[in-house]
Formats: sequence, structure tokens, C-alpha cells
Amino acid sequence: MTENAQSTQATASSENYAVIIRDMHKWYGEFHVLKDVNLNVTKGEKIVICGPSGSGKSTMIRCINALEEHQQGDIIVDGTELTNDLKNIDAVRSEVGMVFQHFNLFPHLTVMENCTLAPIWVRKTPKAEADSLAMEYLERVKIPDQANKYPGQLSGGQQQRVAIARSLCMRPRIMLFDEPTSALDPEMIKEVLDVMIELASEGITMLCVTHEMGFAKTVADRVIFMDGGEIIEENIPDEFFDNPQHDRTKLFLSQILNH
Amino acid sequence: MNEAIASQPQRNIVSRLWNDKETRSVIIQIIAFAAIFAFFFFMVRNAISNLESIGKDISLDFLSQPSSYDISQSLIEYSSRSTHFRAMIVGILNTLLVAVFGVILATLVGFLLGVLRLSKNWLTNKLAYVYIEYVRNVPVLLHILLLHGIIVHALPLPKNAINLGDTAFLTNRGFFIPSPSFEPLFWVVAGLFVAGIFFSIWFSRYAHKVQDATGRHYPVFWINLGAIIGIPVLAYFILGSPIIWEIPELKGFNYRGGMVVRPEFVALWIALSLYTAAFIGEIVRAGISAISWGQSEAAAALGLSRGRILNLVVIPQALRIIIPPLTSQYLNLTKNSSLAIAIGYMDIVATIGGVTLNQTGREMESMTIVLLLYLTFSLLISSFMNWYNKRIKLVER
Amino acid sequence: MTEKNYIPGEHPDLPPPSNMIGPVAWIRDNLLSSPANIIMTILSVWFLYIVIPPTLNWFFLDAAFTGEDRNACRAVADGACWAFIGERFKLFTYGFYPEEHRWRVNLSFILLIVALIPVLFDKAPFRSLGLKFSIAFPFIAGWLLVGGLGLEPVPTSQFGGFMLTLVIGITGIAFSLPIGILLALGRQSNLPIIKVFCVSFIEFIRGVPLITLLFVASTMLSYFLPPGTNFDLLLRVLIMVVLFSSGYMAEVIRGGLQAIPKGQIEAADSMGLKYWQSMRLIVLPQALKISIPGIVNTFIGLYKDTTLVIIIGLLDPLGIGRASLSDTKWTGLSTEVYIFVAIFFFVSCFGMSRYSLYLENKLETGHKR
Repeated sequence: MTENAQSTQATASSENYAVIIRDMHKWYGEFHVLKDVNLNVTKGEKIVICGPSGSGKSTMIRCINALEEHQQGDIIVDGTELTNDLKNIDAVRSEVGMVFQHFNLFPHLTVMENCTLAPIWVRKTPKAEADSLAMEYLERVKIPDQANKYPGQLSGGQQQRVAIARSLCMRPRIMLFDEPTSALDPEMIKEVLDVMIELASEGITMLCVTHEMGFAKTVADRVIFMDGGEIIEENIPDEFFDNPQHDRTKLFLSQILNH
Repeated sequence: MNEAIASQPQRNIVSRLWNDKETRSVIIQIIAFAAIFAFFFFMVRNAISNLESIGKDISLDFLSQPSSYDISQSLIEYSSRSTHFRAMIVGILNTLLVAVFGVILATLVGFLLGVLRLSKNWLTNKLAYVYIEYVRNVPVLLHILLLHGIIVHALPLPKNAINLGDTAFLTNRGFFIPSPSFEPLFWVVAGLFVAGIFFSIWFSRYAHKVQDATGRHYPVFWINLGAIIGIPVLAYFILGSPIIWEIPELKGFNYRGGMVVRPEFVALWIALSLYTAAFIGEIVRAGISAISWGQSEAAAALGLSRGRILNLVVIPQALRIIIPPLTSQYLNLTKNSSLAIAIGYMDIVATIGGVTLNQTGREMESMTIVLLLYLTFSLLISSFMNWYNKRIKLVER
Repeated sequence: MTEKNYIPGEHPDLPPPSNMIGPVAWIRDNLLSSPANIIMTILSVWFLYIVIPPTLNWFFLDAAFTGEDRNACRAVADGACWAFIGERFKLFTYGFYPEEHRWRVNLSFILLIVALIPVLFDKAPFRSLGLKFSIAFPFIAGWLLVGGLGLEPVPTSQFGGFMLTLVIGITGIAFSLPIGILLALGRQSNLPIIKVFCVSFIEFIRGVPLITLLFVASTMLSYFLPPGTNFDLLLRVLIMVVLFSSGYMAEVIRGGLQAIPKGQIEAADSMGLKYWQSMRLIVLPQALKISIPGIVNTFIGLYKDTTLVIIIGLLDPLGIGRASLSDTKWTGLSTEVYIFVAIFFFVSCFGMSRYSLYLENKLETGHKR
């Protein structure tokens, strides 16, 4: 561990936290997308973030690996604060894996090459080692036999599982999921969720934007509800679903559970 | 955590600046700017010392000196005693002349080719295809030279001119055609024509309003055609044909009277137009076939007639695809007109960038003027294109 | 209509009615389907009737293929005088390249074909090795043609003919592609100074005709060089051609870059790839693949534009032809020269445009997969 060597060190208490977001604001031009977001994620915690579309939930988790820049407040990921320092950004990105709604697999590379790309070019792992690492994770997501195909030849569910394996190949400590199942056909959602549930049992820190309430109930330690760029409510899943406090939470839950 | 972070406190100031997102972008830009500036500084310094060593300065005085060369075709009064500036204006007008006529002919032939390429008739379709492929795959300079060669070598001398009904004469010295002189009554006809255009604009709007309000349709096309073409033509004959045509006559070795169109202009105009038309043909074909069959089928299923389907569904969509590349073809045509110099048509490049440059030795000034003129043309055309694209985007919303 | 009744579910495939197939049906559907169609067919046939016989006569039947000079040709036939082209064929091919060194031109041409194979066909054997050779080829060929380093130097003023066309064309594409890529990336950059520079360069280049740039090269470029430097005319022309086509190349590649979804770059970023890594490994391979048809079309344009060099006095095939016309033996045969050169350009450009079409179709099916 090298956190204590940081010049941009966070407070000592940060050692227990994987992600600390303090008083964070973000604007798109004039539009205030994120308003005073505060969130502490302990190591190994599983968090599900939900909320209506446009509530800022995707933007928030994209801030965690600096895909989006925040304008005010602090974000500290695994002891490293996200500032303008590119070294810090690079360090955070290689520690944090991300899975996108539209998979974003590289169509010109095979499944195997997609998985080994970052280990080879970012971690400078020898190719043979990267290959065996990739194979290991492809087995975990149960598609080792597709290793030499191109993404375009796979189904949506398979592609998303490759995307998960691709992120895991960097051995991240934190995984971000940005609506991983909402671009999938219904019959493929389960295969992706199964992989995610298995992953959750392994002690990795997960932040997941999703509307899969079954998944939230099984896996999450905490559910966060966002609306209008603010965190409206957070609670343990049982309480959150059975006894929502805020009116907007009640409305949202009634809309997604009754459709 | 990786090594880089562990060594962070030891990093010196340079690497700290380099690793900051904002300073890095400033540093890169300063370096880029310095490099570009140094490059231009180097060139300008060379130019100054080179000009000094041969005793030249930079000045535009030569533009007001007499040009002392002739230009065979000019839209304005010009003689060898006129200034270089006037020669340049003649050149600009000649470029614009061939560009405007070229754009008109290229558009007409191009749309015709595009439609022929979509024709169900196998033979016509293939003929248009062969034409387009031949023309597109041969350099335009070659087309110009070939056509010029054919006109100069294959057409007869004035005394054996090809006689088109005793009014126009085709010879290797140019095409002699009647020149009009307008009597006062002609301006009535011209006035009616302009009035017809305004009327049809108003009438189209009015018809649209009536249709919106009552559902009634007027035959807008035919009424407008009558207003713009029919009434002026009728007036022309009622007023006793108020244009007098001066017909060229053979006097000695050449024709006198009427107008003469030089073979250089004809060769350049026709070659540029036919060349550009081949590209326009492909653009039109691609534009129309990009509108999916589904669109026409949906319109047909609603019960629209074939003409209405084209007018209301296919053409508005196809034009959006066609117009941007069409504009860039117009720009290409204008730029290609600079090849005029190969056959001695006196356009911008041949006047100020050619004879004037050689006579005065003012390479820097002349070439800069030429470059600026072409940049202005393309800026005008591309700002039109941007305006059009923006307008289309608004419509889409 | 068939008389026979089939059990439901066991109806066999029957041949279509006879009036739907065969040449008669084809002619009826494609040439005579409606009155308008019939008129079009008649017009087309009439057009062919007036164009083809005279053309054939001029080209072949009335043409003279041997003869000492123009008069000898005319004595035999009224049509084309191909004897002229035959006599000057070597000049058309090599220009004034010294006879004893022409093996160098031939060797370069053979190497060119070797270098093209891995570029054109992605299933060529030893492709990655071949591509390295392709990148080295312009330099090897430059050395072979110009000489030096053990080869006897040949002044570039003796370059000419089809060989000159290829030299300008190949140099143009080989150097304008990398410059075009950099310009396109610069134009997409979020660093304002770099963006402004790239945009103004591209717009300047695309706003002026090539001929004016060639004039700049031949008349005023020497002023901008340090006093005493004397630049070879061909080299100056090559620089201008490269700059000119890189402006167009940049726009083609920009189109490809814009077609890459933003998610690709985000995914690369989130994996920790640096800017140049994600460009080289993720964005450019995809963007260039989409741009290839556009690149080939730009190249066809560049290749055709090489003819413009005759205006500043270089002798490409057209220049050789025009120079030959001033020989009193052959004067007045401009049509033969132009048509001969036109055939050369047509064959090469048509070939290239077919290739680009083939690539486009391949890309399209690739996307659907």
C-alpha cells in the first residue's frame, strides 16, 4: 500500500473507504447536474444506485473514474484524490473497472485481444501472462470458448460478460456498472446478473447503476436513490423497498415495480 | 498502487507541471505555437533577405501600371493600355463567367444523368453508366485539351464555317452568334418576366393558404409557368418582337458583327461542365436511391400519386443528401476553371498569376492575390453550405 | 394454374409461368415495359448507331498502325495514326530517363507491385512483414530512381512519362496519409491553438486550386528558403502535392474518426490507456478502415491531378505527348495523344475505383455481421 506516500492525501479515516465523495457539484454548461453529492463507500461494499432517467446517477459514477470532470468538492478513490494531476487520474483508472450500458467492446479486436489490451499496454504484462489471465476471467464469465471470436459475432449478453471480464483483467478493486443490463434483451439479463452476483460474493467494491430491483435485494449492502442531481434517500435494501421515506422514492418505486 | 504514485513526492517541478491536466495542455500549445511561429519567422526572414539581395521590395504599385498585353475575351472594355489591375478584373470576370455557365450546364446534365442512371430501361441506364465512368476516370485537364484540340483542328476555317440556319456559324476561330440589341419596348417584356416571378412566389403562398383553409388545390405549377414564361412570350410577340438580332456576316477572312464565343471558352466551359456533370450524376443517383423504398411504399400506401410521392416525400429528403456534396462540386468546378491557362483562356491564374507575373516579376504579390481570390470564392460557397446545413438541422427538430 | 390437387403441406415448388423467364421476358421488362421505355430504347439505339461506327472506324478500321510520319499514316488511312504512339512508346513510359539505367525504373515497378499486395489484400501471406516493406518502399524506390549511395545519380529533370505520374502519385499518397492523420487528429483536438492551426491549414489547402500551389512552388517558394539553397523543381512539386493531398486526406479521415462512437474512447479511458495509446490501438484502426474507400477516392483524384504538372513544365505522359506534337513529322496528331493518355488514366483509375467499391461492399457486409 502506498497511500501514505501521497501528497494529495486524504484524511487518515479514508483508509477504510474505497470511495469518498464530499460536497461534489457538477455542471454541464449552465445546467447543474450534480448538487452537493456526499457518499462514502467502505471497502468491499456493494451499492446499488437507482433513480429516474436524467437524475444524474450515471454522471455520478462516471465522475468516479474521471470520465466526467467535477467542478466542486472532492472525490477520493482508494486514497487517491482526483485532481488535475494526470498521474492520479491514470492511477485511479487502472484501479477502477467500468462496465458500460452499450458494452463498448472494441469491434476490431477479438474477445481475447479486448481482454489483454489494457494489461499489455497499461500494466506492461507479458503477452503470455496476459493471455492466461484473460482466459481465467473468460472462464469465470463462462465464455472461454468464444475467446477468438469478434464482438460482433456474440449475443448482447455474451458481449456484456466479455466487457466484465475485460474490466476484471486489470484486477480492479472497485467496479462501476453503468446500467449494465438495460441494453439487453430480457432473456439475456439473467446471464449477466448471475455473473455480477458471483462477483459480488468475492469482496470487490461495487457501485452499480441499475433498475434490477431483484439484484439490489440479493446483493446490495445499501441502495441509493437519486433524483434531480441529488441523493434523496439511502438505506439498506429491505428498509428501502419496504419502507421508503421520501415521496419521490415512493413514486419511483411504485412506477418501476408496477409496470 | 503503482510505482509512479509511490515516487510522487520526489517528482521535480517539471514533471509536476507536465502531469497537471491544464498546465500540460498549455505547455503543448505554447510549444506548438512557438514551432509554428518559428517556422513562419524563418520563412519571412529568408524572404526579406532574399528580396533585399536582388533589390526588390513588396508593393502593389505595379497594379496601376499599363499591362501592355491583349486579352482576347473580355466582358468589360480592355486594351493593352489598360492597367494590370483592370487585367485582373477581366481575369476574375472570366473565371466567374465560366464558373456560372459551367455550374448551370453541369447541373442540368448532371441531374439528367442521375435520372438516367435510375431509369428502368437497361440500355439507357448502362449508357449513362458508361459515360459517367469514362468521364470520371480521365483527368479533367485531358478533357479540356481534347475538346480544345477537336474544336481547333476539326472545325473549319471561317470561310467554310458550319452554318446553323444562317444565324450562327461554327468555326475554329470561335462560334459566331447573333448579338441582341434591345428596343425600349423590350423592357416591358423583361418587366413582365420579373413581375411573373414575384407573382408566382406570392401565388404559391396564397395557394398554400387556400389549401390549408379549404382543402382546395390550385394547379400551382401550370399557373406559375404561365405567369413566368407564357405571358412574357405572348407580350414579346404582341409588341412586335422588340429585340433586334445582329447577325454575323463573313467579311474577308473572318466574321463581323454579332458576338463571338472563343474556342477556349467553349472548350473550357463544355469540358468542365461535362466532367462535373458526371460527378453530379452520381451524387443525384446516390441521393435518390438513399431514400429507402419504404418511404415510397408508405407514401403509395397512403394513396398519393406517383408525382406527389416524388414531390412531397422523395425529393425533399433526397435534396438534403444531394445539396452538400453538390455545393462542393460547384466549388471544384470553380477551382478546376484555373486549368484555363493550359489552353490560353484568360482567367485569374492566366492574367494576374500568368502574364502579369511574368512581365512584372512580382511573384509574391501576384500569387498572394490569386490565392486570396480563390480563398474568397471558396469561403463564400462554404459559408452558403454551412448556412444551408444549419437550416436543414432546424427543420429536423 | 395447375389441375392437380395437392394434400395441404405437400405442395411442391413449381417452375414459374414461361412468360416470366427467358430472354424475351427480360427484353420486355427491361427495354419495352411502357411507351416511355420504348422511346428511351429507340433513342439509345439511335445514339449508339451514330456514335459507335465512326468511333470504331477511327480507332481500328481506318487507323494506321505503322508509318514513318504523319503523311505516311494519312496515305494509308483517314483514322487514327497509332504509328506515332508506337514510335514514342518508350518516351511515354520512361520520359528521358537514361537508357542504360532504365532497369532501375523497371525494378522499382516490380517492387511497387510487391509492396502493394499486402496493402490491398488483407489475406495476403506474411502480411505484417509485407506491410513493413510497403512502408519502406517509397524510400527504396526513391533511392533506386534518384541514385546516389553507390548508384549513379540521375537528375530528376530526366524523369518523365508514366513513370513520373507514378512517382508523384505514390509519393503523394505515402506521405499525405500520415500527415493527413495528424491533421485530422489535430482538428478533433481540444487544444485550441493546435485545432485552429489544423483547421486553417486544411481549409486553406481545400480552398485553392492545385495549380496555384504548383505556381507557388515554381515561382515564389525559393524566396522563402535560406539564400543560396537551390531546390530541385520536382522536389518542390512533390512537397506541394503532398501538402495538397494531405488536406483532403485529413477531411476523409476526420469523417472516419467521427463515425467512431464516443463509448470506444470512454472504454479505453476507463481502462487507463493514454491518449496516443487509445488513438493507435482503438480509434485509428477502426477509423482508417471506414475511411479506406474515401482514401482510395482521394488517391484517384490526386493521381488524375498529376497531369497538372505539365503546366509548370514537367513532362508527364501528357507533357511528353504535347512535346512530341511539336515534332514536324507528327504535327496535328493531338487527338491520338490525348486519347492514348486518356486510356492509360481510365484503365488505372477505373481499376482503383472498382477496388474501392469492392472494399465498400466488404465493409457493409462486415457491419451487418
